[in-house]
Amino acid sequence: MLARVQYAECDLVAFSGGAQVHMSQSTIQIWSWLHKWSSLVCTLFLLMLCVTGLPLIFHHEIEHLTGEEYVMPDLPGDDGLESLDTVLAEALASRPGEVGLFMSFDEDRPVVNVTSGPSYDAPERQMTLMSLDWRSADFVPPPVEEGIMAVILQLHIDLFLGLPGKFFLGAMGALFVVAIVSGVVLYAPFMRKHDFGTLRVSRSRRVKWLDWHNLLGIVTLAWASVVGLTGVINAFSEPITATWQATQLGEMTAGYREAEPPAELGSIQGAIEAVTTAAPGMRVQFVAFPGGLYSTDHHYAVFLQGATPLTKRLLTVGLVDAATGELTDIRPMPWYMQALLLSQPLHFGDYGGLPMKILWALLDLVTIVVLGSGVYLWLARRKRPVRALMAEAGA
Amino acid sequence: MSRAAASPRRRSLGAIFVIPALIGLFSLVGLVSALAGDGFSDLLSWAGLAVPLIAIVWACARRRQ
Repeated sequence: MLARVQYAECDLVAFSGGAQVHMSQSTIQIWSWLHKWSSLVCTLFLLMLCVTGLPLIFHHEIEHLTGEEYVMPDLPGDDGLESLDTVLAEALASRPGEVGLFMSFDEDRPVVNVTSGPSYDAPERQMTLMSLDWRSADFVPPPVEEGIMAVILQLHIDLFLGLPGKFFLGAMGALFVVAIVSGVVLYAPFMRKHDFGTLRVSRSRRVKWLDWHNLLGIVTLAWASVVGLTGVINAFSEPITATWQATQLGEMTAGYREAEPPAELGSIQGAIEAVTTAAPGMRVQFVAFPGGLYSTDHHYAVFLQGATPLTKRLLTVGLVDAATGELTDIRPMPWYMQALLLSQPLHFGDYGGLPMKILWALLDLVTIVVLGSGVYLWLARRKRPVRALMAEAGA
Repeated sequence: MSRAAASPRRRSLGAIFVIPALIGLFSLVGLVSALAGDGFSDLLSWAGLAVPLIAIVWACARRRQ
C-alpha cells in the first residue's frame, strides 16, 4: 500500500519542489478518490447525526430539567411487591383490546414498565409504554417520550422513514468509517515534513484548514471509529435480532415447531420465578411476550443480566413455555447479540456519568469541525488539483 | 515558516503515527474502562477520553509560541 515507486516519487518531487513522498502518486490518487467520495456522500447525513446527537447525549438531563420529577410515595406498612400478574392486568385494563408485549424493571426504584400494542407483532409506533408502582400496581408517570427530544431522536434513528431510513443511515455510517480509514492513510503523505500538531499560521486559508482537518481528524480517530461502527451496528439491530431469533431461539425451541401457539397465556410471575430459580444471582431486565421479535410464538423470553457492571450488559435468555409455565431452556446470548448490546452504551456515551457526556459532546463538536472543514477543502480543492495541494502541504 | 520546513528531514511512518496511535490507545482505554466498572474505572475513562482534546489544546498553544 505504501510501496515506494521511483518514477512517481520523482514526479511528486518535481511537483512539490523537494518534498519526497513514499506513497506512489497513483496510490495517493486512489485513496484520495476514496476519501473524497466516501466523505462527500455521507457528510450531509453525518452532520445531521452529529447535530441531533448532541442534545441526545444529554437527553436524561434535559428531560429532568423540563419535566417534573416524580417522587415515589411511601407506602407505610406495605413494603411487599404485588404479583406481576396483577400489575400486568392493571396496565392492560387501561388499554382495552390490547395485549402485553414487553415488561421491564427499573434498576433504582420499584417500577414495572409494561409495553402494550394492538397485536403481538405490532410495530413500534403502535406500542404504548406504561409505568406502574410494583408495590401497589398504581400508575406512575411513564418516561417522557414525546416533544422535541422525541422528534430529534426519531430523526437521528431513521429520518422518520422507519426501517429503510435506519438502514440508509447505517450505510452512511459505514461510509463514514471508510472516510476515516482513507483519511488516516492520506494523513501520512501530508505529514511527511511536519511534526504532529503542526498548525501553520502564515499560509493561505486553505492550508490553515487542511492543518486543522488533519489534526482534529487524527486525534478523534479512535472515538469517531467506535461511535461510527457502533452506530452502524445499532442501525441493523432488527436483522441482527431476527437472525438470533431464527438461530438460537429456534435451536432452544426445536420441539415446538409443529405446536399451535397457546390460546391463553399463563402467569408471568410464575415464568419469571421459573427462570430466576434456574439462574440465582442474576437480575431480570425484561420479559418479551410470545409472538414478538424477542421471543417465540410459544414462550415468555426472560432476559437476565449479571450483577457486576460488566456482566450487567451481557444478557442470558430463559425461555418459559407460556402455557405450562415450565422452563424450556436457558442460555447466554450469542456473541453478535452481546456485540449489539454493547454497541448501545458505546454509541450513546451514557455509561460514565456526566463528565463522560461532556467529553462525548466535545468530541462530537470536533467531529462537526472535521466534517465542515472537509467540505470546505473539497470546494477549495476543486479550483486546484490534488497534487498542488499535496505539494503545498509538503513545501 | 514552520519548523518542519526549516529542516529537510523526512519523517518515517513510525514517527508520523506514534503520537496519533498513543492518543487512539488512550481513547480506547477511556471508552472501555467505564464499561468494566464504576469509581476508578470512570476516572480512568474520563482521563482517556480527555487525551484527544488535550492534544488539540496543546497544538493551539504551541502555535501561539
